[in-house]
Amino acid sequence: MNDVVLRGVGISYESEVVISGLDLEIASGEWLALIGPNGAGKTTILRAIARLVAYSGEVRIGGRAVAGMGGPELARRVALVMQQPHMPEGMSVSQYVMLGRSPHLAYFGREGRRDHQVVAGILERLALDGLAARPLDHLSGGERQRAAIARALAQQAPVLLVDEPTSSLDVGRQQEVLELIDHLRVEEGLTVIAAMHDLTLAGQYADRIALVVGGRLVAVGSPAEVLTEPAIADHYQAQVRVMQMNGSGRAVIPIRAHASEEERR
Amino acid sequence: MDVRAAPVAVLQGLPRLPWLWAGAGAVVLLTAMVIGVLVGPAHIGLGTVLQALVAPSAVDPAQASILWSLRIPRVVLGAVVGAMLACAGAAYQGAFRNPLADPYLLGAAAGANLGATLAIAFAPGSSLIGVNVVPLAGFVGAGAAVAGAYALGQTVTGLRNTTGLILAGVAIAAFFNAIQTYIQQSQTNSVRQIYSWILGRLVTAGWEGVLLVLPYVVLSIVVILLHRRLLDVLSIGDEEVTSLGISARRVRLIVVIAATLGTAAVVAIAGTIAFVGIIVPHTVRLLVGRSYRVVIPLSLLFGAAFLVLADTAARMVAAPAELPIGVITALVGAPFFIVVMRSTRAAAL
Repeated sequence: MNDVVLRGVGISYESEVVISGLDLEIASGEWLALIGPNGAGKTTILRAIARLVAYSGEVRIGGRAVAGMGGPELARRVALVMQQPHMPEGMSVSQYVMLGRSPHLAYFGREGRRDHQVVAGILERLALDGLAARPLDHLSGGERQRAAIARALAQQAPVLLVDEPTSSLDVGRQQEVLELIDHLRVEEGLTVIAAMHDLTLAGQYADRIALVVGGRLVAVGSPAEVLTEPAIADHYQAQVRVMQMNGSGRAVIPIRAHASEEERR
Repeated sequence: MDVRAAPVAVLQGLPRLPWLWAGAGAVVLLTAMVIGVLVGPAHIGLGTVLQALVAPSAVDPAQASILWSLRIPRVVLGAVVGAMLACAGAAYQGAFRNPLADPYLLGAAAGANLGATLAIAFAPGSSLIGVNVVPLAGFVGAGAAVAGAYALGQTVTGLRNTTGLILAGVAIAAFFNAIQTYIQQSQTNSVRQIYSWILGRLVTAGWEGVLLVLPYVVLSIVVILLHRRLLDVLSIGDEEVTSLGISARRVRLIVVIAATLGTAAVVAIAGTIAFVGIIVPHTVRLLVGRSYRVVIPLSLLFGAAFLVLADTAARMVAAPAELPIGVITALVGAPFFIVVMRSTRAAAL
């Protein structure tokens, strides 16, 4: 089981409370999108699940408390793709993806045949095999995002955390990356938790959406239940139209607050 | 998650030790050592040197004594010190993800200088447990400075980031340098001796110096070599390293302790020879790439060769007098580094 459970999770930076009383359950194989205005705490929640920040309460993965796991064990269960991963200049794609095998190696260990096979398989699957020897700083935005996902997949963790996977990508690359994550989720049975700022993409790809505002969970449910015009107006202070797309989730379209007379007619 | 076994056996783009460069490094080192042994006030030919190596009893005792008591130990010491400083420099650069880091980053040089200055000024010629007190004080001073920087970094920033630690090193070095300068200025009789120690030298009689530093250097280099994969992992930043299940702080602490131990040992014997820890790893990096799996082993070879050549030059340039080796490493190393940088057209270090 790869379910993720958060119970009464609270996070503070020094004296400032960032997340409080968070209860969430994400089923095995589910895609949960975390949405909310800037600074709502979406990234912090992902960082808590990956144990990169101290938290109160409890986070469990597959029934086991994250707090009691060793570093490598946790990294074999949870992989995190950061919003802007640091990609060292001059490092090749294959070397970078191979770093993802670290949780499977002993402290002084060296990668073996199995690690090479896993990485080669992932590179091929993500269409990066032709770029294996290319330095990371020579990649396009979409290729960099795929390399970051490839490194996370090399961890072979059943839970994939993704922070703003489509920021700074054009619409074609956004679609490509999200389709890729969705395919991997279905084929490998991954549990995906993604912080997403694009509400339309969240409405189209996620099974469920959790709306976080000011560090508190204010709504969780299907895209139809959470992505409503009043909720978005209330929490984002935005005027939008929410449209049901044929078989493709919901689309959230911003409208101008002061539309011209002609546009109104 | 089950990832299908790949049909591809060999992955492109993974760092591998370039045997051509390793072989070239070994040849350069060997040549440098032979030249180093041949150079000196008394003329000793290559044939005699080779004979002394395979059948010492067949060589004139006076020449054998010069070779085995003076020149060969000195050349070996040069190789050991050069290898250690270059390896420690690369290790510090990896641990701090900072291309400007060198083995003296956390105050090892300032600490060693202060320790040696205290010993030269207040206890000249004394020894402790049969060991000259000057190198001992240098060793203790270097270790104390780095330990102090680590403790200060821990107190101020909790070691959350490397910047705090580096700043602590700068503060400790400035403090130690101030005390050292004060003692140096107030003890005018020993100024020349102190300067000579600070600028570095490889003067040795017999194998005492080599044997003294060797255990520390071997331990330090073995630990650093074992960490070369982890130094590559550190290059993605502490937070992402943590998400891979590795404690960046622990790796950094072990590498810094190992590099400092080796640096303190060689500095105690040879003084604070500058530039080797920066120039050699960067030159290697420009030639063969940035992976520490390659940079560290090759830095060992080229660092050893570089310092043996620098010492030979220090003995030749103003013969029969000797120049401080630190002057040669800076004078020769910096322009050579610029030539390598320009010829490889590296965009960034």
